Amino acid sequence: MATARLMGSSIKRREDPRFITGKGNYTDDLKLPGMTYAAFVRSPHANAKIRRIDTAAAKGAPGVVAIFTGKDMTGVNSLPCGWLLPDLKVPAHPPLATEAARYVGDPVAIVIAESQTGANDAADLVAVDWDVLPSVTSTERAAQAGAPQIHEVAPGNVAFKWQIGDAAETEAAFKKADVVVKKRIVNQRLVANAMEPRACVARYEDATGDLTLWVTSQNPHVHRLLMTAFVLGIPEHKVRVIAPDVGGGFGSKIFLYNEETVCSWATRQIKRPIRWTSNRREAFQTDAHGRDHITDAEVALSRDGKFLGLRVKTTANLGAYLSTFAPAVPTYLYGTLLNGVYTWGAIHCEVTGVFTNTTPVDAYRGAGRPEACYLLERMVDAAAAALKMDPADIRKKNFIPKFDNGFQTKVALTYDSGNYGAAFDRALQMLDYKKFRAEQAEARGKGRLIGVGFSTYIEACSIAPSKVVGSLGAQAGLWESGKVRVHPTGMVTVFTGSHSHGQGHETTFAQLVADQFGIPMDHVDIVHGDTGTVPFGMGTYGSRSASVGGTAITMSINKIKEKGKKIAAHLLEASPQDIEYANGQFQVKGSPQKAVPFGQVALTAYVPHNYPEGVEPGLEETSFYDPANFCFPFGAHACVVEVDPDTGNVKILRYVAVDDVGNVINPMIVDGMVHGGIAQGVGQALWEGAVYDDGSGQLVTGTMMDYALPKADMLPMYETDRTETPTPVNPLGIKGAGETGTIAATPAVVNAVVDALSGLGVDHIETMPLTAERVWKTIQAARAKK
Amino acid sequence: MVKQKVTVTINGTSHSHEVEPRLLLVHFIRELAGLTGTHVGCDTSQCGACTIHMSGQAVKSCTLLAVQADGAQITTIEGMAKDGKLHPIQEGFWEKHGLQCGFCTPGMIMSAAQLLERYPKPSEAEIRHQLEGNLCRCTGYHNIVKAIQYAAENMAKR
Repeated sequence: MATARLMGSSIKRREDPRFITGKGNYTDDLKLPGMTYAAFVRSPHANAKIRRIDTAAAKGAPGVVAIFTGKDMTGVNSLPCGWLLPDLKVPAHPPLATEAARYVGDPVAIVIAESQTGANDAADLVAVDWDVLPSVTSTERAAQAGAPQIHEVAPGNVAFKWQIGDAAETEAAFKKADVVVKKRIVNQRLVANAMEPRACVARYEDATGDLTLWVTSQNPHVHRLLMTAFVLGIPEHKVRVIAPDVGGGFGSKIFLYNEETVCSWATRQIKRPIRWTSNRREAFQTDAHGRDHITDAEVALSRDGKFLGLRVKTTANLGAYLSTFAPAVPTYLYGTLLNGVYTWGAIHCEVTGVFTNTTPVDAYRGAGRPEACYLLERMVDAAAAALKMDPADIRKKNFIPKFDNGFQTKVALTYDSGNYGAAFDRALQMLDYKKFRAEQAEARGKGRLIGVGFSTYIEACSIAPSKVVGSLGAQAGLWESGKVRVHPTGMVTVFTGSHSHGQGHETTFAQLVADQFGIPMDHVDIVHGDTGTVPFGMGTYGSRSASVGGTAITMSINKIKEKGKKIAAHLLEASPQDIEYANGQFQVKGSPQKAVPFGQVALTAYVPHNYPEGVEPGLEETSFYDPANFCFPFGAHACVVEVDPDTGNVKILRYVAVDDVGNVINPMIVDGMVHGGIAQGVGQALWEGAVYDDGSGQLVTGTMMDYALPKADMLPMYETDRTETPTPVNPLGIKGAGETGTIAATPAVVNAVVDALSGLGVDHIETMPLTAERVWKTIQAARAKK
Repeated sequence: MVKQKVTVTINGTSHSHEVEPRLLLVHFIRELAGLTGTHVGCDTSQCGACTIHMSGQAVKSCTLLAVQADGAQITTIEGMAKDGKLHPIQEGFWEKHGLQCGFCTPGMIMSAAQLLERYPKPSEAEIRHQLEGNLCRCTGYHNIVKAIQYAAENMAKR
């Protein structure tokens, strides 16, 4: 039977044949008749007033079609911020900076030419007269007295002050504590680095007034709504946004950016198509960055290791402007996750969001949740070290016991379902933990520094209940749409508001639909990423596609089955209540031989000659699903490292991951996302980090030569397993799998390095990445102390 | 800028164009020959998404000028499948889920082909070392290694 076979099966991806043969269809592959090419003139300074922009020489360069500056874009509004906190300071964010540039890379003009090289050459001829001002890039220094002021609306460079939890209860918990552990934890700034750089093609058709924008977007409808209604003031229904094959996103392609907005405006002026593709240097400077927190954290403990209280004070760097969802990331996606998988007496968290002269910061894979998880898991290990407890024991002592439906945390969220101890036990078993500790002791005797680190994580995904996020400041609903069209022949086309940029939706959603209808998978096609064909949808981020998007599709399938029952009942001369759907046919309950196949019902719906009274022809349904709660995947990761005592180099010896993402559609695809997530998490722990020079405000790590992305020979094979605790939140029982690896991996690796160095008296390393240099210095400092 | 005539044979078809001497080979392949399977992921020769075969060597086509390739025989990802049949490395990537977003994949496959020419029975460490010039942000490399191992086994059988 098809049903049992497809769900939960590792079916090869149907999108792969085009990618492995070079037939993918990415935005930069698109070539249109009469196409022009754009280059942006960007600020080389971190903070500078624009005195004058002289475009005369550039305009005379060969092949130049047009040059526009911000002053030409009259009537165009600021790029919007889509998440408003109380008393949030929202500075103007013009698509082309007019008065001042506030970070290196801030665009000030667009140059459009007949060729890309022509545009690049002419951009070099645009002369900007800059009044260079002092800048601040440091998260710590931004809100201190004397720091250069970036926006008039935000005195002291403070965008917001936010808190969650109970301050008085937490204070009381600390008073009762036997032991208090305090640490400073720096979660460094990262750059997403999707392999495909951002790109767009904008085409305006003068005769019809239609504008088509192909853009590297994770959420084409969100792009269209923000750009038309908030910035350009052009009719939403006259704009079609297409996100074709998109080469990775990791959050960085959620947001409405300057470039596609300017190109969409400019094509209406020149009435020719414009293509812009970011080069990697521009990507480093202008793709929204991630993380960048400095936190002082304290844990209050009883002598036997119970978690009494957690107090967290975080400064979050937001960059020079508020990117689309920036304020949500270090607040509602961070503070609300600080309960972790543990029982706490009390929690209080304060966050100050600051502006700096840096690239705007927004969601990067995990978005807020990795910062919370890293902080917690590092503090748990520091607490264990302070009490001389085994890090496995302190976790087991504090886990929330197994529950099936609802656990109220100290920081607003209600978890769905969890069995945290089981996932951890499985990881310990895979690791053979006792044996590992014996081997570790033996290795230490020989001068080898080997360590293990755990991360028992939780995250909130399946984003998100609209009413809840609305009450917290979201300016959008976070439901999803799914339209199912059954053709007269019984073939099915599904239109989903989710967008695949590597996740494999064309395969997994086809599995889901074919399973539910009991029809062959090749009878089902999945369409996504085009506002011209797909109903309004919210897109893909926050591990929401299968759980929210998949449920919307399921709701439409159920509507089709209900309508089909009426049609089948008529054909079978039975009552609709007596019809059930099973094995690809509508049948009389208890008499499967009295049945009408799915295809015959479809045909009848379109050729309704013998048809029930009061039923509309056609077989097509659309649903919008708004989840009642977030879903909360969890799991336990364990990393074993060896540190070279002479060089400080860290080598990963083993990586064990046990994830619980609820029910799984395609295990191969889920494992693949876990692998990639782990690689990004390990990257943060050991190598990655965006560095600004705080004097000049220059991004020092501005190319792939300077920013260390993980390579094949830096990573191990991953040992993965799963426990499956279905969520009660949606009918599919799916929690979400896109971000778990990234969230879990970073603390597992750092805890492992600290464990390896624990014999030298090291119980913490304040700042990531743990490069060989930083680890070597830590070893030297520890030895000097001894 | 004075243009120069460049003739390159790509996947068995000759392509002749008058080009600026500064034109990179990858842009010749993508924009003039119209073969967009070869990708540009960086501007510093790190990512390897533009890897092609030129005169039997895997090279980064963003690090060569088109004029340097004048007269060369080039194979791109579009030339790897023969007579409608996938190359064993392509099969391996499909079979072992060696790709997610697909952007790095053409370069990975072209690099893997050279890797297997040099090391027909590669160890895991050899595969990882030989892929040093190709970046992938989706897979964490696990399944790329498996894909190449799968291809190596199948190519040894043939």
